[in-house]
Amino acid sequence: MPDERARTTRTTRTREPDEHDNAYAGLLTDDPRWAFGTGFEDPLAGVDTTVPDGVDPADLATYCLMLGDDALVLSQRLAEWTSNAPDLEEDIAFANIALDLLGQARLLLARAAAADPTQVPALPAGSPVPDEDRLAFFRDGTALRNVRLAELPNGDFAQTVARVLLFATWRLALFEELARSRDAVLAAVAAKGVKELTYHRDFAGRWFLVLARGTEESRRRLVAGLEALWPYRAELFATHDVERAVAGAGVGVDPADVADTVDAVLDRVLETSGVERPDVPPRAGVLGRAGRDGRHTEALSLLLAEMQSVARAHPLGQW
Amino acid sequence: MSAAGAGPRHAPGRQSLLDRARAAAAAVVDPELPVLTLLDLGVLRDVEVADDGAVVVAITPTYSGCPAMGAMRDDLLRELRAAGLPDARVRVALEPAWTTDWITPAGRAALAEAGISPPGAAPRRSGPVPLRLGPPRRAVRCPRCGSGDTEVTSEFGSTACKALYRCRACREPFDHVKEI
Ligand SMILES: [Zn+2]
Repeated sequence: MPDERARTTRTTRTREPDEHDNAYAGLLTDDPRWAFGTGFEDPLAGVDTTVPDGVDPADLATYCLMLGDDALVLSQRLAEWTSNAPDLEEDIAFANIALDLLGQARLLLARAAAADPTQVPALPAGSPVPDEDRLAFFRDGTALRNVRLAELPNGDFAQTVARVLLFATWRLALFEELARSRDAVLAAVAAKGVKELTYHRDFAGRWFLVLARGTEESRRRLVAGLEALWPYRAELFATHDVERAVAGAGVGVDPADVADTVDAVLDRVLETSGVERPDVPPRAGVLGRAGRDGRHTEALSLLLAEMQSVARAHPLGQW
Repeated sequence: MSAAGAGPRHAPGRQSLLDRARAAAAAVVDPELPVLTLLDLGVLRDVEVADDGAVVVAITPTYSGCPAMGAMRDDLLRELRAAGLPDARVRVALEPAWTTDWITPAGRAALAEAGISPPGAAPRRSGPVPLRLGPPRRAVRCPRCGSGDTEVTSEFGSTACKALYRCRACREPFDHVKEI
């Protein structure tokens, strides 16, 4: 947690009223405009993070990690499209969707840390890394709780469109329910997320239609991408014990409860596009365990190696 | 820091403190849309004096991933210090979620003046969010030539809050602040 008073003192010392006269003055301060992540402000500064009555703090934290990790991991995947998408508009669109998801992840990981600090990885004394960054960069794959759909490699543009459609439709339905959570932080994150996810889902839905009705090749790629992802769809609606517990306590959502809503939306997109619902069996986890239990595909370890390497090399780093 | 001596001990009264704090906070502009103040953008939610005498300013993010929250906080603290109010804190207000409906008439005018199309009314819903597979239904006028003959090129633009449009009349591209 940052110490606002210490910050203020430090800034007072280094910043003078005429700072704008010197183009380099800002470089000597911790002005976050020079590099994002320079200023470690608490994303929940001043927010009441009291755990509601009758809720197990460890369950609430784990649930926040589940929803936060879904967003964190897919955000990292979508960011891989930056400078690689078919055209500039789609490049920017994926980057914007990734940014929204990263913001959701940051709030959710911070909420997890506030609910149950024992789940936050310990770092050497003096490390300035805030709790949500410790959770993002210093947990191994087996501690990540995201669904496997979020971690699979991107594939081509059509497959990414299909993934964003599946993911955003599901998450939007979850968040519409979660906006009524007894946990004020989760309710606020969800209410805000609904607005963002609506744009994500509809963006992916429109592209799904364009590719389905485009050329033979675009349609072939779309159908192949959807079939590659479909085995991971059932996992989205498989209720984990923690999800059952937080749903029972009125702070979380049982994903099985949104299955019909999600199906109805997907069916409309498929019907409009003239694409058949894939007939491929679900990909089972290991001994009944899947992403929510920390059982992931090999793709996640490669993703984490890239995402976490810099932070892990400098646990005392001040950025 | 000429006014730095004006701490809570010398404060001339809570109301005057609050007035000065409000005036200082209201002058801070958005880091990404500097034609707008945080007040006109609807991001500045509250200014109050806490029991310990500190000024507490509440801001809310436009989007969850808004990367400018840190810059806004620093700009607010700097402006308050310059107004002789060094004892200040900035807190995050997550709820209710920001909506473009909070952009003031002055803010909308400033956007249009800067060549950015201001948002229409934000969608109000009850029940599930309807799926939209067609292009967005908005009446957007070109901020350059005023023509209503415009088309969306992308629902995602240069910042999280903007969509990309182009004008069919004057052929210029422009930004539209999208309704949320
Ligand atoms: Zn025009």
